[in-house]
Amino acid sequence: MSAAIALLPPRSNLARVLGTPGAAAGVAVLILLVLGAVFAPLIAPFDPVATRVCPRLAPPSAANLFGCDLFGRDILSRILHGGRYSLSVGLLTVAISLIAGTLIGMTIAFLGGRVDSIGTRFIDVMLGFPPIVLAILIVAVLGVGAFNAALAVGISGVPRFARVVRSATLSLVGREFVESARAVGASQGRILRRHLLPNLVPVLIVLASLDLGTAILSTATLSFLGLGAQPPTPEWGAMLNAGREFMRYAPWTMIFPGLVLFLAVMSVNLVGDRLSHVLDPRASGHV
Amino acid sequence: MSEPLLVVDSLTVTMAGVPVLEDVSFALQPGETLGLVGESGCGKSVTALSIMRLLPDPPGKIASGRILFDGVDMRTLDAAGLRAIRGDRIGMIFQEPMTSLNPVFTIGDQIAESVIVHRGLSHRAAFEEAAGLLDLVGIPAARNQLGRYPHEISGGQRQRVMIAIALACKPKLLVADEPTTALDVTVQAQILDLIGRLRRELGMAVLLITHDLGVVAEFCDRVAVMYAGRLVEEAPVNQLFAHPRHRYTEALLRTMPAANAPGKRLPSISGAVPAPAERKAGCIYAPRCGFALDRCATELPPLTASPHRLRCWNPA
Repeated sequence: MSAAIALLPPRSNLARVLGTPGAAAGVAVLILLVLGAVFAPLIAPFDPVATRVCPRLAPPSAANLFGCDLFGRDILSRILHGGRYSLSVGLLTVAISLIAGTLIGMTIAFLGGRVDSIGTRFIDVMLGFPPIVLAILIVAVLGVGAFNAALAVGISGVPRFARVVRSATLSLVGREFVESARAVGASQGRILRRHLLPNLVPVLIVLASLDLGTAILSTATLSFLGLGAQPPTPEWGAMLNAGREFMRYAPWTMIFPGLVLFLAVMSVNLVGDRLSHVLDPRASGHV
Repeated sequence: MSEPLLVVDSLTVTMAGVPVLEDVSFALQPGETLGLVGESGCGKSVTALSIMRLLPDPPGKIASGRILFDGVDMRTLDAAGLRAIRGDRIGMIFQEPMTSLNPVFTIGDQIAESVIVHRGLSHRAAFEEAAGLLDLVGIPAARNQLGRYPHEISGGQRQRVMIAIALACKPKLLVADEPTTALDVTVQAQILDLIGRLRRELGMAVLLITHDLGVVAEFCDRVAVMYAGRLVEEAPVNQLFAHPRHRYTEALLRTMPAANAPGKRLPSISGAVPAPAERKAGCIYAPRCGFALDRCATELPPLTASPHRLRCWNPA
């Protein structure tokens, strides 16, 4: 197995990530979505919140490629601008889950004993809640809004991260290089920072990339339920919610926001899958 | 005689309440090499980890006894006091060089770590030091090797790196837990030569843990034989190999291939070491001993005095 891999010509990391058509397509779509979001003010044909730039609920046409919504706003412009909210909220969400989950998971695994048993039970209880229910609960406490929705989804993702990071850390704590770091006189903090965390990075990258899709979807779900971004903010989930009533006679109000949401989540997942494959030492022949 | 560097006095260690080490005592003079031999599971590594206070607790627990290093009882030190000694005044080498190095750091980083932790050197100065250390342990073109990762070098080289890490702060005591077990025979000899040379150059004492009697005969000043968690015999190496007195040591030496004529079947010791929970009163070796007396099964023989210490009712 490893001999066969060794015979392949060495490839750059980027080439390895792009190695499959699916992953390459995922990266391409992601780049398009991010560029669209970043340059939305320059490329969007209309102001995303200006009303009556076109006839109400007008179908897609040359002037309004994705059609218009109930208030005569251009859906393409709203989708481009919406990417700014949906994508950055997704990233923020993952960052919250990642940082808090890593800290908690590493700490309880490293301290072990009673801290670990109690911490793990607590995580189990948290995992027992459906994440979206947990997120709704947190929004109920914090209040509605795009930032609070991100915070809520981020917090509801913490137990998932903590759980995986805990197991990954446990498998490292027993390794001999940790013992030899102790034998050299390294402090607990130094062992956590210098010896455990860098070894967790591949796990964290995979975890974060696989979770990003879910995070985007969950925050959109909260917006769809009216608990996230508030009108007239052009957020994808909120747009889906707004279009819901006209689905039968103006389906473009739902199809296009749904489509970009689908594309974003799928491409993130494609890239995440590929990353997990590339970063798996057994699959890549690297230590 | 000068003050001993390390005194292990009546050390008893339990794992989850079961004693795995009972009443183990020995001393190590500065610059001396003591071999600790015995079968797998007899408590050699537990002894080493207890000295370093690295035994995972729970389940391991030092139930009683003293560990005096340079006059200080290791059992009374707090975490910071222990860290100050580990890696600085006591260095340790582990059995598995493959897994004892952190895979995500260069070997330069890992050697430098010890001097950064203990000497507070800057990164640059620590790397200079690391280059010198790699040179000391006989790695050619040391400076160019600092940036390599553990998976890029061979097992023997890795063990040399481990030795460089252990010696980074010029410790007074080196605890080597089966340093050559995972290596090829030729590499074993090189590594032992290296440890021996560095011991003379740096004047440090070595506690060598091994189950290889040949290594002990070649390398050590004194040897302590352990069986099922107890020290059964301890003597200067020539004396022990020429005149083993404990029946277990005697049987053990008979099993060495070099002690037997070629073509003959090697003798073995019948039976197996009793598990820690199944150890009974009396001499633990009695059930497997061909010379056991009645009292062996009921009374624990006391350890006699130096220089040839012995725990046997019916010695050879």
